[in-house]
Amino acid sequence: MNTAHTQQAAVFDPGAAAGRTTDAILHDTLHGTHRGVVVDSPPGAGKSTLVVRAALELAEAGRPLMVIAQTNAQVDDLVVRLAEKNPELPVGRLHSSDSDPYDKALDELTNVRKSAKAAELAGLDVVISTAAKWAHVKVDEPWRHAIVDEAYQMRSDALLAVAGLFERALFVGDPGQLDPFSIVGAEQWAGLSYDPSASAVTTLLAHNPELPQHRLPVSWRLPASAAPLVSAAFYPYTPFRSGTGHGDRKLAFAVPSDGSGPDRVLDEAAESGWGLLELPARHTPRTDPEAVRAVAMVVRRMLDRGGAATSERGPEPTPLTADRIAVGTAHRDQAAAVRAALAELGVADVTVDTANRLQGREFDVTVVLHPLSGRPDATAFHLETGRLCVLASRHRHACVVVCRAGVTDLLDDHPSTEPVQLGVTVKFPDGWEANHAVLSHLAEHRVAWRP
Amino acid sequence: MSLIATLARLEAVSTGRAQPAATVRHRHLSARPLVLVPLTTAGEAGAPLGALVGDDRDAPRLLVVPQPRDRDLRFAFLAELADVVLPFIDSYADTVEAAERSETDPETGKRVKVEVELCADAPQLIVPSRAGLDFVRLLGRSMRFRRTAEQDPETPYPAPPRVPLLGRWFTHYGERARVPGSALLLALTDVLSRHWATGQSTLEDQHLGALLAWIDPPDGESGAEAAMRAELARDAQGQLLWPPAGPATDPAFDNKLLAPAIEKYDRARTALAAAEDGESADDRLGELTAAEREIRALVESRTRPTWDAVWRGLDLLGTLPEGAHAADRWTRDRWSFTGHRDRVVAGEPPQPRRDDAVTAANKLATREREQARLEAQEALDDPLVMAGRRLSGEAFAGEVTDVVMAYSEGKRPSPRPLVTVRTDDRPQLGERVKVYRSLGGKPQAAEFVGHEDSPGTDGSSIVVLRVVDKMGRGKEPEAGSVPERGDLVCFTLFEHEQRGGAKLPDADQTPWTHGGPPGEEAAPALPAADPVTEEDVL
Repeated sequence: MNTAHTQQAAVFDPGAAAGRTTDAILHDTLHGTHRGVVVDSPPGAGKSTLVVRAALELAEAGRPLMVIAQTNAQVDDLVVRLAEKNPELPVGRLHSSDSDPYDKALDELTNVRKSAKAAELAGLDVVISTAAKWAHVKVDEPWRHAIVDEAYQMRSDALLAVAGLFERALFVGDPGQLDPFSIVGAEQWAGLSYDPSASAVTTLLAHNPELPQHRLPVSWRLPASAAPLVSAAFYPYTPFRSGTGHGDRKLAFAVPSDGSGPDRVLDEAAESGWGLLELPARHTPRTDPEAVRAVAMVVRRMLDRGGAATSERGPEPTPLTADRIAVGTAHRDQAAAVRAALAELGVADVTVDTANRLQGREFDVTVVLHPLSGRPDATAFHLETGRLCVLASRHRHACVVVCRAGVTDLLDDHPSTEPVQLGVTVKFPDGWEANHAVLSHLAEHRVAWRP
Repeated sequence: MSLIATLARLEAVSTGRAQPAATVRHRHLSARPLVLVPLTTAGEAGAPLGALVGDDRDAPRLLVVPQPRDRDLRFAFLAELADVVLPFIDSYADTVEAAERSETDPETGKRVKVEVELCADAPQLIVPSRAGLDFVRLLGRSMRFRRTAEQDPETPYPAPPRVPLLGRWFTHYGERARVPGSALLLALTDVLSRHWATGQSTLEDQHLGALLAWIDPPDGESGAEAAMRAELARDAQGQLLWPPAGPATDPAFDNKLLAPAIEKYDRARTALAAAEDGESADDRLGELTAAEREIRALVESRTRPTWDAVWRGLDLLGTLPEGAHAADRWTRDRWSFTGHRDRVVAGEPPQPRRDDAVTAANKLATREREQARLEAQEALDDPLVMAGRRLSGEAFAGEVTDVVMAYSEGKRPSPRPLVTVRTDDRPQLGERVKVYRSLGGKPQAAEFVGHEDSPGTDGSSIVVLRVVDKMGRGKEPEAGSVPERGDLVCFTLFEHEQRGGAKLPDADQTPWTHGGPPGEEAAPALPAADPVTEEDVL
């Protein structure tokens, strides 16, 4: 048995594979000759861990470092992680001059200095801020090094505003998540290498194709039940593996099923990692009251039935509490409707948000209102690959999708008809293909329900 | 499409008339706009067939290219167009008012105020439809790089003197039209469908005749019937009664009427060239003139209905009072016009073929800012637009039921009154969400504190807000700066004013990530033509 185990490990040891990649990335970053290094990271592949480690090593090597993240929450999160790893490291948190510009938790970190003025943070080993804030900073002497986090969600014009601040940079991000968007048309520049509405990495690589590119090979978040689907549907040419095996994670409920739709779909999801709660086909307004209520019911039952999650992190099961559950939607009004429905059922503290805002977050179980549920049409927005990818890759244990029947037909009725723009790299897979892949997998875990 | 727009369209279907989508006019309309109704030749991109143009609805100028494939005739058309458009533009260039603008002093690097000229009004250009906007851009692109004989004596096909200048102005207008809320160049179908919701699809709304039929149907007829007639009705010869607004023409017109007429014209021209003596030349010239006159009549017959429809549409828009912020946006249009006037006067080269990285990023940032500003201003100017935002949970209106004075903590306590509002709307308020109301034209911010249990069962909710600014510097808020019990208030979840974005580097400081400064290699003089292959020669 021991031999068998060793052999299997020789075939693929996720920890070792990830370690080798990380070493190569750090080597290129610290000792490479190129001005930039690009790292693609699938969902939950340890991107933040990599950023923190790279930041610490660069600081140790005595190179002044600026870190560019996209949102204030991401910045605060990075600061906290850095301080956890090395409480002695002098870190600067550059923030806006609005009220409440940063997380109050930062006030308790002794070596973190906070300021709205870059000059007051000069000389610190690491200075962290958002791209929007960095864009207002002017320096005489550029930073030796920068780390750009979530670089695929950064727009090209945002990089243009800050690229003068650093000499070299490590760009880290997930190419499968939502592309940046603009609220006005930008077709005029489509096909230009510096299209301001494209992602920062697209522009960077168009002008610097020789930069080394790495890919993190292991998702530590996604369970063994989810990684193959997400990898095949959204990263067909750059596959990744889950860091855990099939038996490593377990979700169980103390209270047995009462035979209702929500309970049956929860059992299916606990068993297989996926569940599809299918409502009868119907065209509905965006905030489909029945579907919204079904989502809320699933969450309510999940809490009522005393869920417990066992994972590789410890031998004892941890209770599935509200803060380990998230609901994902496509639109903000849908999220608001779900929040209202949850409040009606007396559920509090469950995260309910749109795909855009769930990017980078992690939960034990997610409940997703399918972007195409009840729609009469499949627009580019609802078909966007990244949206579905974000919604289907936030969970450590299981994902329940609530959807009206008929989405497959809807997809067949709406082939992609976006105009082809010359000079623009076609993104593959397109949303149409990815949606079909996910739906056909979900069909195996379907629970039909009449509200 | 927003819920209120869907409702308005459903109502339009059931009543047979377009429903108002706005109570005020959200675009500035000039008292004397220049209307341009262009036609293009089927199958020949950038080959104009003719146009009606002018600022007097009773006396449009008809311009026609009798043989659109003839480069000389095309230039003659463009030269004529320049003769109409450029004097119109120039007539606005000289009336100026003094204004201030902050500029960076090149020596000290500080922002200083400088006195500059601002044109008191700007020339407004109206085309019938969105396709017309694209045509203006196309003409601009095709003209602005042309060289006149004066600029370059060696140029093989010199353009008439003012044609390149017209190209630069058309390019400027075409680019400006991409800025949300701008009114220098307007497509009438866009403006009309902003103000009325019809019972047809947005695609069909781009047909000017059908759109007007919904907005103002003839007596006793429903909008749907009138629109159907406007789109499809044909006469005994199979020609559309209401020709499309262009620039594309109806194929039946192209095949049955235009093609034979152009053929006749070509024959007459060949015959004239072959004339051997003066007498026969005179006769043949007569034939040529007759053939040309026939084409002119045809082009006029296709453009005149659209011309009249455009003025009718402008009249309809004129019945709405102008929105309060439209003048603001028009002032920015005047700045844009003045800026381009100055660039032309300063002898700057025409706009480049492609934007460089910095220009593109700046344009995108401006347009996004203007879009957000436009959405906010339209809602503030127009209760019907605000109703749509309230319906989608982005704003709420209600009555103030209680005001409790409170103060901020700290050394110098500032007023932070708690205002309770009862509303029938369902705003999407989350923890500490900021909301804004208009206080004497300036936004006042408040923070969402929480919901109170509603006493009634009428579906209304009670919202508690903490007002955080615009109350003066003292300990007591200035009079009128805090809502009072019984006041009717309207708060929005979106901001009213847009912050300026960060300053981007100058083009010659373009960073390595974006290809570095645009040099010679980034801007090749002319891309080489594709090599000729066997398939090119039939």
